[in-house]
Amino acid sequence: MSEDTDALLDALERIAERFDEEQDYLTELDSRIGDADHGNNLARGMREVVEKRDEIADEPLDEAVKTVGMTIVSEVGGSAGPLYGGSLMTASQELEGGLDEASAVAFAEAYREKLTDRGGASPGDKTMVDAVKPAVDTFKRAVEEDDLPAVDALAKAVDAAERGVEYTVGLRAAKGRASYLGIRSVGHRDPGATSTYFALQELLATLEDRVGAADATDAYAADAAERGGE
Amino acid sequence: MVGLVVVSHSATAAAGIVEVAAEMAADVPLVAAGGEPDGGIGTDADTIASGIEEADEGDGVVVLVDLGSAVMNAELAVEMADATAELADAPVLEGAVNAAVHAAGPKATLESTVDAAEEARGMSKL
Repeated sequence: MSEDTDALLDALERIAERFDEEQDYLTELDSRIGDADHGNNLARGMREVVEKRDEIADEPLDEAVKTVGMTIVSEVGGSAGPLYGGSLMTASQELEGGLDEASAVAFAEAYREKLTDRGGASPGDKTMVDAVKPAVDTFKRAVEEDDLPAVDALAKAVDAAERGVEYTVGLRAAKGRASYLGIRSVGHRDPGATSTYFALQELLATLEDRVGAADATDAYAADAAERGGE
Repeated sequence: MVGLVVVSHSATAAAGIVEVAAEMAADVPLVAAGGEPDGGIGTDADTIASGIEEADEGDGVVVLVDLGSAVMNAELAVEMADATAELADAPVLEGAVNAAVHAAGPKATLESTVDAAEEARGMSKL
């Protein structure tokens, strides 16, 4: 198993656990402006993804992410299945050469493009796009212009997603089931933007753990080298 | 012959629309792909993709959809299916009947069947 796939499995388990914990909350959000299935659907979908951990472990990163997407398409109903799963399936192609800052940016942009294309939503329509777009824009800028390491860039992206989620509260829905409610959709946090934010938080936590562990190893090695030199 | 797949959030609605359309065009391959696999209300890309493959006789398949996520799941199914298929931007029942009648004709192609389905958009009832 490659280190990337190992990290992916770690992230998937965290996301599955988080969706499980937040299942009732997400469903409650969805019951106000949708069809009250977002939490259950996502939690079930991610449980199925984790069930496939042995299959995923044997695959290179791009194939592994594609398997995750296909599983979500099959297991998660409603709009979340094609939006989350279909976007992952398409974006997975960007990881063919492995994971580095450049391919992570390409993956994020491909995900956003497929998501907006498939759902036809623009920023401000009170959908997942309101979390995804600021997160992807911020991540890209942090990597390409500010030269930040991936973990710091992702931390900024997570903050941007959180602000995006809060921004959905005041919006009137223009896409999806919530748009049938018109003005009554105002005052509620969008469930899809919220679950996107949760997933990004868990991705960040995975990366922080790994960077933390690597730093500790480096520190230990440096310490050992220093002691060795005495 | 061009085939048709009817996608609805309700399996019962999809089956009923197929029933209505089949009465006008008995020979046209018509497949209902409605509901979630567990029987719930919703749409499912895998179900639609297998519906497309089932309806395909080599001349392509027109997919008719109801609302919202049906469109997204159907688009995804068109990408996934091992057959040529196209979505029609049409009301699901009227479009299915129009397309079925047209597909039963000798000169029907995938494109002309999509057009026939989409002509139902302008249908005035009163």
